[in-house]
Amino acid sequence: MAWVNAIIQGVLTGGLYALFACGLSLMFGVMKVVNLAHGDLAVVAGYIAIGVITVTHVPVLWSVLIVVPVMAVLGYVLQRTVIQGALDRSVLTTLLVTFGLSVVIENGLLQFFTANTRGIGAGLPLVTGSFSIGSQIQIAYLLVVIFAVAVVVLLGLQYFLSASKYGRLIRAVADDREAAQLAGADYRHVFGIAAALAFGTVALAGIGYGMYSQLDPTAGTDTILLFAFAAVVIGGLGSLWGTLLGGVVLGVAQQIGAQINISDEVLAGYIVFLAVLVLRPQGLTSRRTQS
Amino acid sequence: MTAPAGAGRPADGAPLLEVRDLVVHHGQLRALDGISLRVLPGEVYAIIGANGAGKSTLLRTIAGLHHPTAGSILLDGKDVTRLRTERRATRGIVLVPEGRRLFGSLSVQENLQVGATYARPGPWTIERVYEMFDWMRERRSQRTGQLSGGEQQAVAIGRALVANPRVLLLDELSLGLAPVVVQRVYGMLPQILATGLTVLLVEQDVSQALRAAAHIQCLLEGRTTLEGSPADVTAEQVEAAYFGLAGAAPASLPGEGSQP
Repeated sequence: MAWVNAIIQGVLTGGLYALFACGLSLMFGVMKVVNLAHGDLAVVAGYIAIGVITVTHVPVLWSVLIVVPVMAVLGYVLQRTVIQGALDRSVLTTLLVTFGLSVVIENGLLQFFTANTRGIGAGLPLVTGSFSIGSQIQIAYLLVVIFAVAVVVLLGLQYFLSASKYGRLIRAVADDREAAQLAGADYRHVFGIAAALAFGTVALAGIGYGMYSQLDPTAGTDTILLFAFAAVVIGGLGSLWGTLLGGVVLGVAQQIGAQINISDEVLAGYIVFLAVLVLRPQGLTSRRTQS
Repeated sequence: MTAPAGAGRPADGAPLLEVRDLVVHHGQLRALDGISLRVLPGEVYAIIGANGAGKSTLLRTIAGLHHPTAGSILLDGKDVTRLRTERRATRGIVLVPEGRRLFGSLSVQENLQVGATYARPGPWTIERVYEMFDWMRERRSQRTGQLSGGEQQAVAIGRALVANPRVLLLDELSLGLAPVVVQRVYGMLPQILATGLTVLLVEQDVSQALRAAAHIQCLLEGRTTLEGSPADVTAEQVEAAYFGLAGAAPASLPGEGSQP
């Protein structure tokens, strides 16, 4: 029964990891940008949510309606300025620039919010509540909600990419930027929209993480970015559902590791990550190889 | 600038697309060295020349994908030299690039939809493209990777047409296609012209270009070596201009290519 519990907990945690990962995957898939500040931006979103809740006293979940659009706009602006500027030089420059962004954000957060940890919505029934199945399986409401949000976000992203005008342009630009320009599309604007989408999902990831665990200025690179990378690599680049599968595999591996020995939780996740890199470097779901 | 001498081609007509003394560098290499041309509304204008003559560079520069070192590009009298590629496309200069360059992960229909996203108003619609290529409608949900070379070329042309260009730039339509397929692709040109488009094409296959065009211009190492109406140039002149045989061409050189 303990093993079943580990697997259930792992699958549900995978939803959170998929939220971490899908923005990273989207930005790499569309503009070949490996956003090393991805995790820090999630933390920023979490802090913005804390700020919004403290100042306006809106219910915790309502902060999502403010933070997601704010982060989306920030994503568009950052893409059109800093990241595009780096892309115009070379793809490698974007690594340096986003790494720099990550350092700046982390130290900025340390400066303004100290190294203390903060949670979002601590004490709410949603955050602390759980239900039991049998005597040994206890499932947190929050994890179920986060998993459901992840599925809805992925469905929404998939629908947007496959059926909307801008989704089509995003895929076209990812295929062949020059040919898209010849069709009259300003790829910089399209990149901006893709970044806005990615940052919107980052906002949800940050808030979800703040509720599930504790936010601190270094959580972005220590936890979120690394787990996001692992989920993307395990699932396969360029596939949205792959990120969910990757997140779930990572989550299950961690929980099973923890079941063997509590100190092996994180290690077990990285062993699976390494195994996938060695045995199936294109990821579990990847259909096409990027040319 | 001297007006080009071409039978049946109004020498003083206002050009729809004009290129003046274009110089383009690829790094140290001078890929185009003072190219000028005047494409009149409604005509087929062909650029011929051997590999590396600068033909594709010329079309890509007109479309905005290369930036000239000197010279200017005018559409309907307005300077577009400094406009970005996508702005030129929405003004009406649309290139069908060499190698077709379809969006590989998109379906046939989606490729056409992308082409139509920023379309100018005009006669071409996705529906009309389907009417011209009847096979395309049935296979519209297939990925373009599953199509043959000729079919891909048709989709690439369709994608450009639905943007309702004023000038359609066609880069090496025949490249990698079987002769029968090339015939079929060129067979569509009259239908396209009938909707009021102007076509500037680049072609390595000289006989094909001579058949299709009202005016030809031959490039060699970035310079114009011959131009005129296909009816006015002899096979010997074309051969000399194409391969750069010294002494064979000068008598036939019109004003434009021989500026000091």
